[in-house]
Amino acid sequence: MFRFLLGRLAVLIPTFIGVSIIAFSFIRLLPGDPVALLSGERVMSPERHAEISAQLGLDRPIVIQYLDYLWGVLRGDFGTSISTKQPVLTQFMELFPATLELSLCAIIFAVILGIPAGVFAAIKRGSFPDQLIMGTALIGFSMPIFWWGLLLIILFSGILQWTPVSGRISLMYFFPPVTGFMLIDSLLSGQEGAFKSAVSHLILPTIVLGTIPLAVIARQTRSAMLEVLSEDYVRTARAKGLSSFRVVGVHALRNAMIPVVTTIGLQVGVMLAGAILTESIFSWPGIGKWMVDSVFRRDYPVIQGGLLIIAGIIMLVNLLVDLLYGLINPRIRH
Amino acid sequence: MFKKSTFAAALLAATVISGVASAKTFIYCSEASPEGFDPGLYTAGTTFDASAHPVYSRLLEFKKGTTETEPALAESYEVSDDGLQYTFKLRPGVKFQTTDFFTPTRDLNADDVIFSFERQWKEDNAWNKYVEGASWEYFAGMGMPDLLQSIEKVDDLTVKFTLKQKSAPFIANIAMPFASILSKEYADKLQADGKMSQINQQPVGTGPFTFVGYQQDAVIRYKKNPDYWGEAPKIDDLVFAITTDASVRFQKLKAGECHLMPYPNAADVEAIKADPNLKVMEQEGLNVAYLAYNTTQAPFDKVEVRKALNMAINKQAIVDAVFQGAATVAKNPIPPTMWSYNDAIEDDKYDPEAAKAALEAAGVKDLSMKVWAMPVARPYMLNARRAAELIQADFEKIGVKVEIVSYEWAEYLDKSKAKDRDGAVMLGWTGDNGDPDNFLDTLLGCDAVGGNNRAQWCDKEFDELVTKAQEETDVAERTKLYEQAQVVFKREAPWATIDHSLSIVPMRKNVEGFVQSPLGDFTFDTVDITE
Repeated sequence: MFRFLLGRLAVLIPTFIGVSIIAFSFIRLLPGDPVALLSGERVMSPERHAEISAQLGLDRPIVIQYLDYLWGVLRGDFGTSISTKQPVLTQFMELFPATLELSLCAIIFAVILGIPAGVFAAIKRGSFPDQLIMGTALIGFSMPIFWWGLLLIILFSGILQWTPVSGRISLMYFFPPVTGFMLIDSLLSGQEGAFKSAVSHLILPTIVLGTIPLAVIARQTRSAMLEVLSEDYVRTARAKGLSSFRVVGVHALRNAMIPVVTTIGLQVGVMLAGAILTESIFSWPGIGKWMVDSVFRRDYPVIQGGLLIIAGIIMLVNLLVDLLYGLINPRIRH
Repeated sequence: MFKKSTFAAALLAATVISGVASAKTFIYCSEASPEGFDPGLYTAGTTFDASAHPVYSRLLEFKKGTTETEPALAESYEVSDDGLQYTFKLRPGVKFQTTDFFTPTRDLNADDVIFSFERQWKEDNAWNKYVEGASWEYFAGMGMPDLLQSIEKVDDLTVKFTLKQKSAPFIANIAMPFASILSKEYADKLQADGKMSQINQQPVGTGPFTFVGYQQDAVIRYKKNPDYWGEAPKIDDLVFAITTDASVRFQKLKAGECHLMPYPNAADVEAIKADPNLKVMEQEGLNVAYLAYNTTQAPFDKVEVRKALNMAINKQAIVDAVFQGAATVAKNPIPPTMWSYNDAIEDDKYDPEAAKAALEAAGVKDLSMKVWAMPVARPYMLNARRAAELIQADFEKIGVKVEIVSYEWAEYLDKSKAKDRDGAVMLGWTGDNGDPDNFLDTLLGCDAVGGNNRAQWCDKEFDELVTKAQEETDVAERTKLYEQAQVVFKREAPWATIDHSLSIVPMRKNVEGFVQSPLGDFTFDTVDITE
């Protein structure tokens, strides 16, 4: 186990450096220049452009800039945003809890609905419910998030007025952040109705962000279950006279979970990508919206810092998923 | 044990500091996050709406709803006979805001004014580089470093600015957001505490609202400043709910989750007007969109060719297609809301036949040209590609072939200023300070060739008029000079002026007292909510 962990960590280091090179160089390949964008339509004189570039260290050879950046990252300094002039890490830490809270809710939503739907479809293979579930999953998977989000807002917030339009909590409630997680902070605030308001604000974004993972998990669960259900030991279990619930729920599902857990792990990356659009629609103050704004401003430190931290998180999640395999299937022991 | 007590302390702090917003809370669904709260550092209107306008005041300010300046922190000012010295008399007894993080011990004085400008101007000032990459873009962009000779304290309530050369637009510059007056006492305290960057996150000024808190990309909160030197705001609390998507902003306004929103989608305007709970204010924005020919390159160096092309463009069709009517056709390079706008000028009539004949008379046959279309939507041009396609069709009618080109935004801005650039560039401008100089000299002056002057147009007669107006302090005289300059502009046609877009502000029916600013600012010190 320990050797496995060490081995995985040894792979993570070059991966991390690779990601840092890609993050650093790719954004510089984009046309456009953050210094010129500082002044908008107003033209900046070449002297002034050179002066500001020098101030930001952008006039140095790219290798030197990269090494300097890497050295900073190793010391925990991800640089300062060109547009807001604030440290990248501080901004990330302030915004990340919002993204994490939304992503966790979305993944829970996707798992709670996706796995039973997949199992049910597998048991009823070929039937109308199976086709209905898989058809819906296909639609969910193909849905443009932006359109889906606006549709839900117009229906549930505009016409029916069941949910608020956007934001994390009603503006009536005002308390300083303690954990950054609105559900927890609203409980801590002790203000009446705050928690309920936070929950109601989470509903639509959770559905929108969870839709694609839900579809993927349902489809993956179905195909994994179909494979397992045709195994000999399942037939043996049935022949033994075990209840259908035990056969499916205990024997089959457990073995079908390995590919499903892998899928869930991979959905974390999808989720962070989806958060970009979901956060923009719902004015959710997370890292997705922050990164998009920064791409438009060519805010190099934010884009490269943000990418690097997100990549680091995804790598850690994948490592956790690998470790989880062992718990689910004792034959895979590291 | 430690964990438990930390938790308890946090819980207590959360309970004590928190408070439910009071009755008169005005919610503004703003369109983007402010970059920071120090207006000197930034150039975006969104940032100024959240910093300079609610929190700070300036020596002079723009009279509500106009582009004229009026006394603010300065009660009065005098200009010396040679036009080089401006002496400002400060209003006595002006108090800086008292906040959770700062309690002022003295009133506004000359030191605050000097500090507010010198930090942007002098490199040896400790505050000049207080955050990484501080470039004081507006201060530099308005030419202040080259203009200022000195700023001196005459006495506690008198400050004298000495300029290197005469500059009438200086007064308008002083009223701009970058010229906001900060508290030197607060700055000194932050410097002593080693927390200089906090001035950009927790602002203290003399404006109508006191900053309470900002939750990044989500909410900004202010409360009424009880010590405000001007007329007290009618609302108790002001909240900015940051909502970047225009459709979502509209849904929030409809649902009553905010009182007022900026920048609706052109397509939503009809629905907004039809909603019984909403109303809309409209005003011509202080902007212009134009197509700049390169007047140094053949055949666009001939005024006849430029005139002919101008006649071929159906501008009304562009306004209808791109803005769905939310804009007006432009005939002058400055918008109608600006003083000195010459309404006597007649626009080139849309007449493809005459255009074709004029082009032939100028000896131009089989002309192929490029039309540059911006890759981004700007207030003055929502869809440059669509506009370029319409121009392309118009030019085809008179036998001119058009290739539409576009680049990434920063590259577009950079490439379009090259002196030997081909074709005609679509671009525009939003006024900074309401002074005609900010359009006419900035965009069409000889000094701006190779820069903001995309037409590369240097006309002696025009340039002399504009330079003379710059040195003249009498507004009536300046008006005459600018009116003449517009006549020259129309005669020489370096641009095809396209449109001035309307600024449309939807709000709830119960909002009173909002004054639309021709400069595009959103200010809330005069708003009220009625039942």
